[in-house]
Amino acid sequence: MAEQARLIDIYIMGRRCQVPEGLTILTALEYSGYRMVRGCGCRAGFCGACATIFNFLHDPQLRYDLACQKTVEPDMCLVQIPYFPARKATYDLEKTKADAEKIKTLYPDIVKCFGCNTCTKTCPQELEVMWFMTDALRGDIKAVAEKSFDCVMCGLCAARCPQGLVPYNVALLCRRLYGRYLSPNSAHLDQRIAEIESGKFDAEIEELKKADKKTLRQKYTGRDIEPAHDQAWE
Amino acid sequence: MYPAYLEENIHLVEDKRVRRLIEVIPRLGEDEKEALLRGYHPDYIKSSMRKLKVGINKGDATPVELADLLEGNSRIDPDKIDPSSPDYNVDVLVIGCGGAGASAALLAQENGARVLIATKLRLGDANTVGAQAGTQAADRPNDSPAQHYLDTMGGGHFENIPELVEVLVKDAPSAVKWLEKLGVNWDKAPDGSMHELSGGGTSIRRLHSARDYTGLEEMRVLRDELKNRKIDYIEFAPAIERILDDKGQIAGAILLNLETEELIVVRARAIIMTTGGIGRLHIQDFPTTNHYGATADGLVLAYRAGAKLIFIDTMQYHPTGAVFPLQILGQLVTEKVRTLGAQLVNANGEQFIMPLEPRDIVTSAIIRECRERHLGLKTPHGESGVWLDAPMIDVIRGAGTIARELPAMVRQYRRFDIDITREPILVYPTLHYQNGGIKIDTEGATNVPGLFAAGECTGGVHGRNRLIGNSTLELFVFGRRAGRAAARYAKDVKRGNPTLEHVRHWQKELKHAGLAGERPLSPKILPNYARTTRGHTKLEI
Repeated sequence: MAEQARLIDIYIMGRRCQVPEGLTILTALEYSGYRMVRGCGCRAGFCGACATIFNFLHDPQLRYDLACQKTVEPDMCLVQIPYFPARKATYDLEKTKADAEKIKTLYPDIVKCFGCNTCTKTCPQELEVMWFMTDALRGDIKAVAEKSFDCVMCGLCAARCPQGLVPYNVALLCRRLYGRYLSPNSAHLDQRIAEIESGKFDAEIEELKKADKKTLRQKYTGRDIEPAHDQAWE
Repeated sequence: MYPAYLEENIHLVEDKRVRRLIEVIPRLGEDEKEALLRGYHPDYIKSSMRKLKVGINKGDATPVELADLLEGNSRIDPDKIDPSSPDYNVDVLVIGCGGAGASAALLAQENGARVLIATKLRLGDANTVGAQAGTQAADRPNDSPAQHYLDTMGGGHFENIPELVEVLVKDAPSAVKWLEKLGVNWDKAPDGSMHELSGGGTSIRRLHSARDYTGLEEMRVLRDELKNRKIDYIEFAPAIERILDDKGQIAGAILLNLETEELIVVRARAIIMTTGGIGRLHIQDFPTTNHYGATADGLVLAYRAGAKLIFIDTMQYHPTGAVFPLQILGQLVTEKVRTLGAQLVNANGEQFIMPLEPRDIVTSAIIRECRERHLGLKTPHGESGVWLDAPMIDVIRGAGTIARELPAMVRQYRRFDIDITREPILVYPTLHYQNGGIKIDTEGATNVPGLFAAGECTGGVHGRNRLIGNSTLELFVFGRRAGRAAARYAKDVKRGNPTLEHVRHWQKELKHAGLAGERPLSPKILPNYARTTRGHTKLEI
C-alpha cells in the first residue's frame, strides 16, 4: 500500500518527514529510516515500551499514546520516551501487610496528589488513574486492582505527574497484595496439588507414557469433551 | 470501520447467526486432520525448508530463514577477545527475560546462585506479555493431569517427548499456585474457584486467565519480583556468542551493548537460555504476533556451542491473526475469542471448521477456505481472510461478556472504529510460535554441560503443535526447573580454562562446507524494518 497511499507530513523530533497515511507512529518512524532499539517491544499494545508524546504543528496541546497502536496524522510532531527514571519501592511480599498504611509507607508521596488528573488524561489505556490513586490513598486495594488491571506499565503517568508520583508502580503493588492476600483461596487448586504430591495420578500417567501411538490415538479420539459453553460460573 | 463491501458481507454473517447458534460442526477424525495438514499447512511446503549442512543437526530440514542463521558466521573475532578477563563473574547467567527467564532467575537465586540476567530489550519485553488467553493446569475436580497429558500429546500429534509432558502436567497446578503467591490475580468466582475456559484441542476447561491480559499479568508480577529480590540485570545487551572451557563446558558468554556497541565478557558457571521465539524471521513471509526481538538468537548460539535441536521443521501459525485494518496486520486475535464462543465464518456466512480444533488444524482449514475454495474475503489492501464472528459471544453468554472478558481486544479494535461486540473480525493465520527448539531433559539441561534452556527456545514438550495455554505454563514449569538445576550444577562444577576455540572451529567447518562466504552474520539480534530505498548511502560515524 505504501506507494499508492497519500503522503502526509509528520515531524520526528522536529525533522519533517513524508510518510504514507495509515501507518502507525512506529511504522512511520521505520518508514523514515529509523531502526528502533529502544522504544519498541511487542508491537501489539501490550508491553508499554513505545510510549510516545506528540502534538500538532498548530496545536501545542500534548497528547500521549503507544507508537505501535496510534495511527499517524498530518502535522503530528512526535518524540518517543526511551526511558523514564520512575521510582519503585522494593519490598518482601511475604512480609508485607495488605493495608493502607503499608502502601503509604512504601509510597509516602501518594498523599501529595492534588487531583490535577493529568495521569488519567495521559493514560493510553484510558484507565481512571487518578481515581485508583485515590483508592490507594484510602487503602481500598481491591478497587485499585480492579481499576488498574489493564495497565501496560508504559510509565507515561509517572513521567507527567507534577508531584513525581508513580501510579503504575503503586497499582502493581496493590494488585500483588490483592492476588496474594485478599483474593479468595481456590480450594480445588490446593487439593489437586496435594493429590499430585501424594502420587494419585502417577500410575495413570505412567500407563499413558508407555502406551504405543495407536493406543494413545484411540484414547485421544475417544475422550469425552466437556461442553465449552456450559459455564455457569457467573 | 469496514469499507462498504465488507459491511455488506457482514449483513450475511448476521443473517446466518441464528442458524449457526444451533449448528454443531463435528470434530475431524485423525485421518481427516492428517489430510488437511498435508494439503494446506505451511510446514508441508517442501520448498520452504532446507537441510542443514553443518553442525550437530546436519541433514535435518528447517525453514530456509532459520537455516541461514544456524549456518551463519560468528559476529566476533576470537583473536580480539580475551575470554579469561571478564567484566562480570557469576554463577548463573540467564539470557533473555520473558516468563521463563524470570522464573529461572528467581529459582536460581533462591538456590544460592549469584545470578545475572542479560536481555536484548527491556526486562520482560518478550512474547510472554502478548499471551492473552491463559495458562493450562488440570485443577478442577472433573479434570486430571492424565487428561491434560492426553490432550497435549494429541495436539502434538503424539510426537511430544513423554517425560517432558509428564512434568508439564504434573507441575502445572503448583506453577499456578506459585504465581498466585507472588501476587498474580487469576480470574475467580467469589468462592475462590478458578474461572476456567476451554481452548482449541483441550477436552476439559482448564485455561486460567487474567482477563485477556494473562501473560502481561504474569510478566509484570515476575519482573517486579526480580527487582524486589535485587537480581542483577543488563538491558539492551543480547548475547552474541558462548564461551566454553577446555573441558567443553559452558564458561560464559559475550554480550553486545546495543547502545555503546561495546562487547561485554561474562564468566558464568552455567547459562540458562530463555531467549524465546522466531517470529521476526517472518518464515514464508508470514506476518507475526511475536515481539520485536524474536529472532531465534538462542537457537543459533546454542547450536554453535554444540547443543542439539529438535522439531525445527515445525512452526505454529496462529489461526487468527488480524488482517484488517492494516495497522494491526498479523497481530494476535486471542484464541480466547473462540474459546468464548466465536465461530469462524466464510464469505457465505457459513462455518467451515469446528472452532476449537487444535491450532494447526484450524490454520489449515482457513488457508483452504481462502486459497482453494475462494470463500475468503479480500481486504482493500489485497490480503485474504475469513470472519471471526465475535458478537456471537454476547449472543451465547449474554451482553457484556465481551467487554468483561476481552478488554484488550475491544480496546485494540475500538482504535480503528470497529466495535467487536457488534461486528465480526477479519482474520488469517499468522506466524506465532516455534514448536521445536533446543533439546532439554526434565531439568532443562541440554547435551552441553552447563547449558540449560527453558521456554519457547526449547523443543519436545509440544511435539509438532502446541496447545493453547501450554506455552505460558511451560515457561513457569521449565523455567523454575532449569533455575534450580543450574544453581545446583554451578555449585559442583569444576571449571576449566575459558576459550573461544569452538568459534574458530565453527568458522573452519563453515569454510569447509563452502558456506562461510554465503551465510549472514548471526545471531540476527533485531529485524531491520528501516526503509532504505531512497538510495542514500549510510556512513559509519
